[in-house]
Amino acid sequence: MLGPDEIGRALTRIAHEILEANHGADDLVLLGIPTRGVHLAQRLADRLADITGIGFADRVGALDVTMHRDDLRGRPTRAPHPTRVPAAGVDDRVVVLVDDVLYSGRTIRAALDALADLGRPRAVRLAALVDRGHRELPIRADFVGKNLPSARSEHVRILLEEVDGADAVTIEDGAA
Amino acid sequence: MRHLLTASMPRDEAVALLDLAEDMHQIQDRELKKLPALRGRTVVNLFFEDSTRTRSSFEIAGKWLSADVINVSGKGSSVSKGESLRDTGLTIAAMGVDGVVVRSGASGAPALLADWIGRPVVNAGDGTHEHPTQALLDAFALRRRIHGDAARGKALDGVRVAIVGDIAHSRVARSNALLLPALGAEVTLVGPPPLLPPAASDGTRLGVRAEPSLDRVIDERPDAMMLLRVQLERQAGKVAPSAAEYITGWSLTDERLARLGDAHLLHPGPMNRGLELSSRAADSDRSAILEQVTAGVSVRMAVLYALLASDHPAPDHASSVSGGAR
Repeated sequence: MLGPDEIGRALTRIAHEILEANHGADDLVLLGIPTRGVHLAQRLADRLADITGIGFADRVGALDVTMHRDDLRGRPTRAPHPTRVPAAGVDDRVVVLVDDVLYSGRTIRAALDALADLGRPRAVRLAALVDRGHRELPIRADFVGKNLPSARSEHVRILLEEVDGADAVTIEDGAA
Repeated sequence: MRHLLTASMPRDEAVALLDLAEDMHQIQDRELKKLPALRGRTVVNLFFEDSTRTRSSFEIAGKWLSADVINVSGKGSSVSKGESLRDTGLTIAAMGVDGVVVRSGASGAPALLADWIGRPVVNAGDGTHEHPTQALLDAFALRRRIHGDAARGKALDGVRVAIVGDIAHSRVARSNALLLPALGAEVTLVGPPPLLPPAASDGTRLGVRAEPSLDRVIDERPDAMMLLRVQLERQAGKVAPSAAEYITGWSLTDERLARLGDAHLLHPGPMNRGLELSSRAADSDRSAILEQVTAGVSVRMAVLYALLASDHPAPDHASSVSGGAR
């Protein structure tokens, strides 16, 4: 559905939208949700650094949500991922959560709880590369790379260079 | 993993547990030390033997994961009224608890309890048999000492560890002699000959050998040395050295510390300064003793999470913790 160029353009556009909505880069912190959200957050940080000329290395991190999920009991034991928060913390910052696919909204619900344990941001925004719909909670994204209406039975897969060796977004039949 | 009864486990499972403990360890740096993963779960610490540090470590671990933790000690409970282990276990299970952490003077008691009650059981030390969470926390503290923040995914390949003391009666030594070689470490058991187990003195187990002379081991410059608590009172009437003999032969004195070089020092606590090791050794920057205590909480959080978070934990000896599928 999306190739490397489209993913690249979507991320560049999201970077500009973040700056526009925030009236600049002040107080921005990007936290990616493992696994692929972490790489997307890093790419957004690189773009923001290019656009603004400000270093973003100490403004990007990872927020693991495993311990806050609402389906821990019903699934095989999940292994957490590391959380890395910039040294300055999240208090009074504008935190942009970054995930690859926005679907039920349950991951983001868990992320909001995990974030609340780390501090009190001034505001929390959500960026997702793909919004495939089917929300089960009152959650929406502020920045979306691509809206991909899909059937629940379908499988939306995000492939990233850093993890999968190439950039792509695909939709597969549920049988796969 | 359905229970943690032994430190004998495949390498992958041990590394996965240590990695999980790394994730739990992050909570140490936080102001808000609470994770919701075990909300609504109840854990009973069933301690038939006195223990302050192991019991409080399990209690903190359970509470930081939001479990409700209840402590039941042998003294003052129905156990002192003559109730059997089986009846005590079944009674506690019937109250609806989700997991039991048990410490007992009887070797094998946790395994029996696990068969009887049908809930996850963690062995917090049984007789002279095993103390698996102690071995895991020793491995965790040592791995951090060696690999620092890059410890995830790593084992202890080629790390030479000397374990010194009353090996024959030590559940800590036994669990470490099972776990550390599985992680690739080479273990030397050191102690007065009457306190070395007969099997170990033949060097029968892969990765484990026995050596009566501490001075010879020190000359080999091991990477780490674990001093076990000396409980000479337990050896009354047996063929065991006196305190003076022990210090002469097996205590890590200042003189031996100087010859040992930069080996990491471990002790399961509580320590007898001047007996197992000198005060200078205990307080030196080579000592990881307080790091072991901190590691204990993280490792026990990992164990409780692995056993209790999911209603469908992986079967034994599959990888105990599955990857991050969405």
